This record gives sequence, C-alpha cells and structure tokens, in this order.
Amino acid sequence: MQTSSLPGSVGLVVPARAHFAQPMRLKSGTAIGEYDLVYETYGALNRSRANAVLVCHALNASHHVAGVYADDPKNVGWWDNLVGPGKPLDTSRFFVVGVNNLGGCHGSTGPATLNPATGRPWGAGFPLVTVEDWVQAQARLADHLGIESFAAVMGGSLGAMQALQWTMDQPSRVRNALVIAAAPKLSAQNIAFNEVARQAITTDPDFYGGDYYAHGVVPRRGLRLARMLGHITYLSDDAMAEKFGRALRTGTIKFNFDVEFEIESYLRYQGDKFSEYFDANTYLRITKALDYFDPAAPFAGDLTKALAGARASFLVVSFTSDWRFSPARSREIVKALVDNRLNVSYAEIDAPHGHDAFLMDDPRYHGVVRAYFDNIEIG
Amino acid sequence: MPPAANTRHALSGRHDFDAIAGWIRSGAHVLDLGCGDGSLLRFLREARSATGYGIEIDDARIIASVRNGVNVIQSDLESGLSGFESSSFDYVILSQTLQAVRHTERIIKEMLRVGREGIVSFPNFGFWRHRAQILAGRMPVSRHLPYHWYDTPNVHLFTIRDFETFCAGHGVRILERITMNEDGQRITGLPNVFGALAVYRLNEERAG
Repeated sequence: MQTSSLPGSVGLVVPARAHFAQPMRLKSGTAIGEYDLVYETYGALNRSRANAVLVCHALNASHHVAGVYADDPKNVGWWDNLVGPGKPLDTSRFFVVGVNNLGGCHGSTGPATLNPATGRPWGAGFPLVTVEDWVQAQARLADHLGIESFAAVMGGSLGAMQALQWTMDQPSRVRNALVIAAAPKLSAQNIAFNEVARQAITTDPDFYGGDYYAHGVVPRRGLRLARMLGHITYLSDDAMAEKFGRALRTGTIKFNFDVEFEIESYLRYQGDKFSEYFDANTYLRITKALDYFDPAAPFAGDLTKALAGARASFLVVSFTSDWRFSPARSREIVKALVDNRLNVSYAEIDAPHGHDAFLMDDPRYHGVVRAYFDNIEIG
Repeated sequence: MPPAANTRHALSGRHDFDAIAGWIRSGAHVLDLGCGDGSLLRFLREARSATGYGIEIDDARIIASVRNGVNVIQSDLESGLSGFESSSFDYVILSQTLQAVRHTERIIKEMLRVGREGIVSFPNFGFWRHRAQILAGRMPVSRHLPYHWYDTPNVHLFTIRDFETFCAGHGVRILERITMNEDGQRITGLPNVFGALAVYRLNEERAG
C-alpha cells in the first residue's frame, strides 16, 4: 500500500475501503444494514498470515495511523512515532492495520454518511455504537483481509479498551493485547467531563437536534468547547505549567476578554482546528461509547470474571501524570489478568505529559513496547 | 558439589538460583519480588516449567525483563502486594532483595500472605571475610556484597543468626536452609561464619 520509504516512515499511504453488505446487530438492539469501513495497512501479511497487528484509535483519531498522503504531506499518521520500519511496532516485520471505526467521520459509515434508506445523511438517526460493536466490525474487516488471528491488537485510551474487548469477545483471534493508558470503565468524573462536552454540542443553536447537515451548518461553537474541555483533561497541570505557564500573548494584561494568556490561545486554536474537521454527531457517539464501556458489568462488577475467557498475553502501560485514566485504573486491569494467571507485563511510565503521554515518544515507553513486540512470534 | 550442578551455575549465573530451582516443583506458580532483568524467572521457566510474574521498580530492568520474555509488573515493593490475592502463588521469592528493602517486616508478612511458601536468599553479613574487614576497620566488600558504603542499594544488612531470630519472633517457620561459600559450594559447618550466601524456604506458622 505504501510506495516510497523515508527512513523510519512507512512513506506514502493510500486508504482503502471495504463494503459490508451483511447486516450487523448492535449492542443497543438495533442493527445496521450495510456499512463501509475505511482502513490503511502498512507492511506485508506474511505467508502464514500470522504477523497482523490491529491498531485501534481513540476519540478523535482515525485509520491514518502512520505515513503521509501524497496530496497532503503534512497529514502525518497519529501514531507515526511508534509505527514504521525499525520503529517499536516495526512494519518490516508486522502487517499493521488501522481502521476508522463505525460511526466515525473519516470515511467509514457514520452520522454524516448518506443513509441508503432515505437518501439523506443519517444524522440523529445513526445508531449509538459501542466498543463491542467496533470489535465486531473490526473482526469482519479481519475476515475481509484474510486474517484469522491477530499477532496483536493495540490501542491507547479508548483504543486500548477495544484491545481489551478483543481479548474477551474474540479470544481465539488475538494472541497479544497492548493496552496503553486505559481504564476498565469510566469513573463518574470521566462521564461528567463527557457530558459537559455533549451539552456544549447539543445546546449549540446550529445543532438542530443532530440534523444540522440539512441546514448547511455545523455546531462549531459546541465542538470547540468540547475539544477545549477535552484538551484540559488530556494534559497534566505540570505539562500545562511548563508549556504555557502564565505567559501572556502580548506581555501585558489588557483588562478585556480577548485572548490574553497563551493557554487561552492554545485551547482556542485546538478548538477551531477540531471544529473544522470533526463531526459533532460522531463526537457525541464516541463519548457515549466511552461511557458505556464496562466489561465487568455483566459479572456484577467483577473484572476478573469478565476476563476469565481471555487467552491473550498482555502488555499494560500507564503514565504517572495521567489523571484522566490514572495508573490505578491500569492496575485494576493488571490485577484481573494476574488473578486469571494470564501473561501480563505492566509498565508505569513516570512521564509528565498527562493522558496524551501515550502519543509521545518517551524512550522508556517506546523501549518497553519495542521489547514486547520483538518477542512476539510471527510464524 | 556434583559437576552437573556447576554446569547449571554457569547457566543461571547466580548461586542461589539452583537452590531455588531445586525446591520449586515442576509447573509451580511463582512471584519474584525485585526480579531484576527476569533471569531467575526465565531460569525457573526453563528448568521447572514455572509460571508467574516478577515485580520490579526500575524502568531499565522492566524493559530487560520484557526482553527476557518474562512477565514483569512495575511496582514498588515497599507499598506492599495489594494487587495480589492471598495464597495465589505456590512460592514468593526474595532473591538477594531483602537487604535492599526498607520495610522488612511488612514485606515478609506480605510474602507469606500471597505465597503458600516463601523463598528468601541474602548475603550473610556474618561471613568471615566480612567480619575480617570490619575488624580491619572497613565496611565489607565481597562477591555477594559488591558495593561500597557510599553506593550500596542495601539498607538492612544482617546475618544468618539475625534472620533466624527474626523468623522465630515473627511467626515465620523455616522449612529448609542452604548455605554456600563465595563459590556457591554448599557448606554445613558454622554457617554464620563460613556461609557467604543463605537461602531459606519458609512458611507462616498458623495458630493452633
């Protein structure tokens, strides 16, 4: 799929599209009749088809995990520092698959897609999808690609929840799971932040109950606020202090409500950028998928029982400054795996960047991921 | 010592590994506290088909353990073993780690809660070379105590007699003991003088 090879980069990549005509039953009880998934692959599937790695994305990312597009060379994949030839997830050894999840807004079927039944965008009518639904759709993509079992499924944050779900829903199809910056379920505080983000979107006058496409507008203000709030939770207090402190844009206080502090400027910039490309209905649904994720719920809250059927080996990684999904949340996962005598290694990286640390290239973090992948047998 | 055991010394690299492997039954589930680069767990997996986990605090050793293909969990031993259920391991091991732990009583208690048996090895501070160096007015440096006073990770140095007194006073039953000289050869006479390294198998004395 990639054509050129910059050193350490998978180079130019081209997304692919798979159409699924078989209806899929969703956890909510409804079904989706047909759908498309957009994906990218890097490296080559080996003869024994045993070297495939699925990379699952978190809230705002996509199938574009690594490399660049010929017509958009600045659009570097979101985990390019980790995935590529010679990188911790080495594409000269592994066949890596990135997929935009169902309900997304990067090309896979989602709320902005035309509903074939009506000829109009799905909008508010697009079903609420869950982590379990995404795993089911990803498994169908694996079928489509001729991958019987993944050498590894990997993700950070919400992506890590999908990796964990894979080991419970498809135990025979995943040999290793890399669960980075995860939580076994959201806390009330986590859900509270998501609810504020959703309220920002749904109370935007341009939201139109989710059917804003027909009005030729997007709830830009709501998306901006949602993203600004999100960014605060992804960074640590220390990281913000170091990056922005109390620095002023012009050096003096002006006694007005324009941008004064650098942190205000940063948040507004991030909010503006996000509202340009991200679909509000997708944002609402992804935050709901996060809120609903709770694999222990059917087992009276017992995560050990929830993972009893898992067969994979695990690498769990957390970051000390991550207050969104703190190390204590990862240790809950580790304990459930240890209780089941499953293979697990756990690294708690003393990194200052908060939740976003999973996207950074800290040498201790990347060192442990590299060591783990190097030991995965690929037939 | 039979020559075969010496060959295994070369394989395992540390004198106490063979003693530990000799006690552990095949297929046992073990927890290695302060597992370093995972060498002992790897040795026990190969020699005894043992399963289990190591606990380690140091970043570089975490990576080394993962590279060694053993399960390692990054955690501070000093904060206890709250992530592990009682009696969930056949053996919990402290291989030349106890002398570097601050909360000795707590870790021994936790070890015997989580494991059905505990295995402890440590450098014997009462070893005659150590005594001789102290008599000469210096802090001991030897094969099993390779550090200087200013760069040592050890915080609690103790003798074989100290440890056995501790066990008697803390409800710890000694099931077996092996002492060896600096070359890893087992010795029996005057262990607190001629033993450089001691290895114990322990469990908890239960009331009644």
